Order: sequence, then C-alpha cells, then structure tokens
Amino acid sequence: MADVSIRNVTKRFGKTEIIHGVSCDIREGEFIVILGPSGCGKSTLLRLIAGLEEITSGEIAIDGRVVNRLEPAQRDIAMVFQNYALYPHMTVYRNMAYGLKIRRMPAAEVDRRVRAAAGILELSELLDRKPRQLSGGQRQRVAMGRCIVREPKVFLFDEPLSNLDAKLRVQMRMEIRKLHEELKITSIFVTHDQVEAMTLGDRLVVMDNGAAAQIGTPLEVYERPANLFVAGFIGSPAMNFLQAEVAADGRRLVLPDGLDVALPGAGVPARAGRRVILGVRPEHLEPNGGRADGIRLAVDHVELLGADTLVHGRCGSMALTVRLADVQRIDKHAVIVLHAPPEKLHLFDPETKARIEK
Amino acid sequence: MEKRVVFRNKVLPYLLVAPQILVTLVFFIWPAAQALVQSFLQEDAFGTSSAFVWFDNFVEIFTSEEYLGSFRVTLVFSFAVAAIALSVALLLAVMADRALRGATAYKTLIIWPYAVAPVVAGVLWFFLFNPTVGMVAFFLKKFGVEWNHTLNGGQAMTLVVVAAAWREISYNFLFFLAGLQAIPGSFIEAAAIDGAGPWRRFWSIAFPLLSPTAFFLIVVNIVYAFFDTFGVIHAITRGGPNYATNILVYKVFNDGFINLDLGGSAAQSVVLMAVVIALTVVQFRFIERKVHY
Repeated sequence: MADVSIRNVTKRFGKTEIIHGVSCDIREGEFIVILGPSGCGKSTLLRLIAGLEEITSGEIAIDGRVVNRLEPAQRDIAMVFQNYALYPHMTVYRNMAYGLKIRRMPAAEVDRRVRAAAGILELSELLDRKPRQLSGGQRQRVAMGRCIVREPKVFLFDEPLSNLDAKLRVQMRMEIRKLHEELKITSIFVTHDQVEAMTLGDRLVVMDNGAAAQIGTPLEVYERPANLFVAGFIGSPAMNFLQAEVAADGRRLVLPDGLDVALPGAGVPARAGRRVILGVRPEHLEPNGGRADGIRLAVDHVELLGADTLVHGRCGSMALTVRLADVQRIDKHAVIVLHAPPEKLHLFDPETKARIEK
Repeated sequence: MEKRVVFRNKVLPYLLVAPQILVTLVFFIWPAAQALVQSFLQEDAFGTSSAFVWFDNFVEIFTSEEYLGSFRVTLVFSFAVAAIALSVALLLAVMADRALRGATAYKTLIIWPYAVAPVVAGVLWFFLFNPTVGMVAFFLKKFGVEWNHTLNGGQAMTLVVVAAAWREISYNFLFFLAGLQAIPGSFIEAAAIDGAGPWRRFWSIAFPLLSPTAFFLIVVNIVYAFFDTFGVIHAITRGGPNYATNILVYKVFNDGFINLDLGGSAAQSVVLMAVVIALTVVQFRFIERKVHY
C-alpha cells in the first residue's frame, strides 16, 4: 500500500506534447479512475506511472520515493492490460508465478501465494490450463491474479473490462470493487466508460486533451462539473447547453426566446448583463404540471427505453434532450412545457469554459 | 463453407490443370522415375550396355567408406549452416526489431544477399578468401593465420558453411522479424513489469513464441543445406580438398557426370529423395502440429 503523487507531469512524443502538466495526489488505498474520451492521454498517463514510457518533465513518486528514472520492475507496481497480456505458452499457474520466480521467491512461498490468489479469484480448477482455453472473464481474472500474487504497492488497470461483453463487464466491475475493499491496495484504473468510473472510483480524474479537467469524487464531478468539457462528458444523455444572458439584477437568466429562468439564492450579480452558458441535465428537466410558462420544447423524436423516455426536440433554435421517468406517450411534433429546479442549473463562462459558482 | 467452382464442360478442368501436370511430369516425375530405374541398373561408361543388378548399387554405396564419409560431411555441413544461419538471423532480427532509426535501410540491406544466386555468392566468397588474391585471406595472413582452403579441409568446410549460411541468413531474418513483430508489445511490457530484464524477457517470452517459426526454419534450412548448396560447393571447393566438402548432392553430380557411374549416382539420388520425403513428413506431421502453445 502506498500513496502516489503526480506533479506537473508532461509527456512529449517528438514535438507533440500529449500530457500537459497533470498533477494529482492519490492517497493510500484509494481507488482512482482516470476517465476520458479516446485520445485524451489517459492510457499514456497510466503508462508513465507504470514506467513503460519515460516522463518528459515533472515528478512521479510512489510511497514517497521518486520513480522518474526507475524501470517498471523497480516501481513495485502491477498492471492489468487491456488485452490481458497473458503469456500464451504458460499455464495459468506459471503466468501467475512468473513475476515471483523472477524475484527469486522460495518455491513454497510462490505456491502458497498463487494458490491463495487462485482461491480468491475462483481459478483453483484452472491452474493447469493455457490462456487460450479460458473464457474472457477467466482470462481477466488470471490477469488480476498475476497482479495480486505480487502484493505490489499499486495496481494499474488499463481499460481491463473493454473486451468483455456487457453482462460480464458489470459482474467483473463489482468483483474488482470487492477485491479492492478486501485488499485495500492503491489502484489506478483507466477507462472511457463513465458508468465504470462512477461505480468504481473513490475519486475520478477526468482527462481532456492531455490535461486533468477535474479531479473529484464521482458525485462532485456529476453535481458540480468544473467546466463545459466535464459537464458534457459526464452523464448520459449529455447535458443540454443553452445560450443565455444574466438579467440586470443578476438573479434571473434570459433565454433567447425571451424566457425567464430564476436562479437560486442570490444569483450571480457579478455577471449581470453578461452572456453565460446554461447547462441543464436531461434528467433534471420535468414537465411543468400544466402551467404555460416554462421552457417550451417542440418534440422532434421520442425514444422509449422502458425505464425512461428520452425526448429530443428544440427550444427555439437550440437542441434539447429531456429524460422522463417511465414510459411517456408523447406525440411527435407536440409541444411540452418544461421546467428545471433552480438548484440543478449549471452556469459556465462562454470564454473560459469554466463553471460559474452561484 | 468451401466454395467450389463447378464446370459444366467435363474436358475444360483437365485442360486447365494440364500445363501444371505436364511440367510436374516432365521435370519431376519423369527424372525421378528414371533415377529410380537407373539405380537398379549398371551401365558401362559409354552407355552401350546395361544390366539389371537389383540392389547392388545400394549395397555398394552403403558399404563404401567414401559415401559414408560424404554423409558425415553433409550432416556436419547442414547442421553448421542451419545453426549459423538461424542464430545470426535471430540476433539481427532482434536488433532490427529494437532499432528505431534507420530500421528500414537496415532491413533492406540484410535482405539483399537472398537475391544473390548461390553460384555468385560462392564466387564472391571464393575471391574474398582466395589464398593468393583474396582480401580476407590477406588480412588473415597479417594476423598470423595461414589461410588456404584449397589445402586445409577444415578451412574449406568453414568457408563453404559461411558462404552457404550467408545467403540463408536473409531468408531466416525475414521470418524471425515478422515473428517478433507479431508478438504483442504488451507481453513484453507485462514481463518488464513482472521484473524480467531484457535478456530474460527474450528467452522466457519472445523466444518461446517464436518457436513455431524457428522449427519451420530449421527444416527449411536443413533442406536448403542438403540440396540447394550445389552452386556454392561447385564454385568454391568442388568437393575438395580430399573430399572434405564433398556433400551428397555434389557427390551425385561428381559420380554421375564426371566419373560416369550412372547406376551408383542414381542410387545416391534415390537415397536423397528418401531424405527429402522424410524431412517433409517431419515438417508436416510433427512440427506443424506439435508446436502450439
């Protein structure tokens, strides 16, 4: 168990900078999820921590020891790869024992650890199999077993669930979380799947284009996204964004079609008369109970998902999506009037893209 | 599902395969059959009379010290060629696989020797090591090594082995490089995280994964050394000195066309045919099936 400290880490491949100064302090025993769209540098960041790539500048410390110049083997980490990277010519047992044998551990201790890990992961019956004789979920477990036996300071996961089918993914997600609660080993998990991120992480690092857009607990990231990118990336369907202007008193917003929206509390008096971007999640919009004032949504398209109904339409010239509970019979081309609780509104600065605190 | 083309015309399919069958018949089956027949005959040097002698030719070659010597020479030669060609090619392939800059030029240069015909390769090495005019021989002399492969059987063997292996290195290199590049990088990275150094990573991960390629190449190289090296021997040593490099294929040629012992030469060809067949069977039956991980 160890803490991991990442300070101003940058990575350049040739002339292109991929990671632009990421900093993050990971506490002992914490489960951190690095989340972002493909190409945002999340896997690169993980490889920098693993030592598979060398950092260009900055500092990475594991358990208080700077590891910038250390080989992966010396960092006392273990990693689960996206394709599992199980050695195809070795049995499950030898796959798990490989790292221990290299470290010249006595055979009895190797055997004890491999069998213990196999017990935890329900692999005891499969120790003599080769990887190609295993199912996807079993391979995934072996890859984790290979990490567990080492008893490393940090676990690294590089999109380990992306090759599994949807059902197995949910199951493995819970197993990983359960395992973490048992072992309490500091874990860093990279994924592009926000459901995985929300369910697994103690905290999330949301990456955008090589920088950490926000670091916080899943709820913080959902409830108080730090900027437009995080707001649009977290949540499905994505948050609606509307152009708006703050009224002269700073307590109300004026939408282009003349609609007035009240802001909670004292509003944003400092921004009176300025343009802002209003963000509202589809699940926070609700029918206005028969009243005529509110956001008027001209319905284009309705998706019935069973548990809820997605309504796509437009409000003036702006596209808007609403998520309503249960099955709702709404006609195409109907107009529904919606409203959102003031405390569920998010405001962003159109220039800096940053969140405006109310 | 296999897709089959069905011809309505019954003659057309036979016409289409006829050229290939004709080539096989004329250039492979006929000579092979002829060798088989010939190996049971004894003929005088002028070809005017022949007699059926059953297995006398075979009995003779297998009791001939010269033939058995040639067999030993061939075995030494083939295994030396295969060992050198495989190990050097593997080393070069590993380096090419790790090279970042100039890799393409490096690869292209290594592949070139394969385009050189065996005889030309032989002549090239013959001149390099020629005791009177050869550059390498000249420098060897400066370092106190008396090089004369026309007199020293060991040196002659070394030279033909090097010349024959040189060309085969290119071929092996291509296969090894392709094999190495087919190994996912994450295997090697996982081993690195597991604590294996470069040497250990290669021997415990990359090399076992290359083993199907390596076994395939071993057979191909031995077949090459057995049968395709006539040109090299002919250009450099002509089987000498004192039969030190007289490999089986060269002996077939020498006995048949120089010494005009057609029956004995044919019997030797039949033995060689049996060797090829055996190697092919080994290749298909054992290696292609058993090397699985």
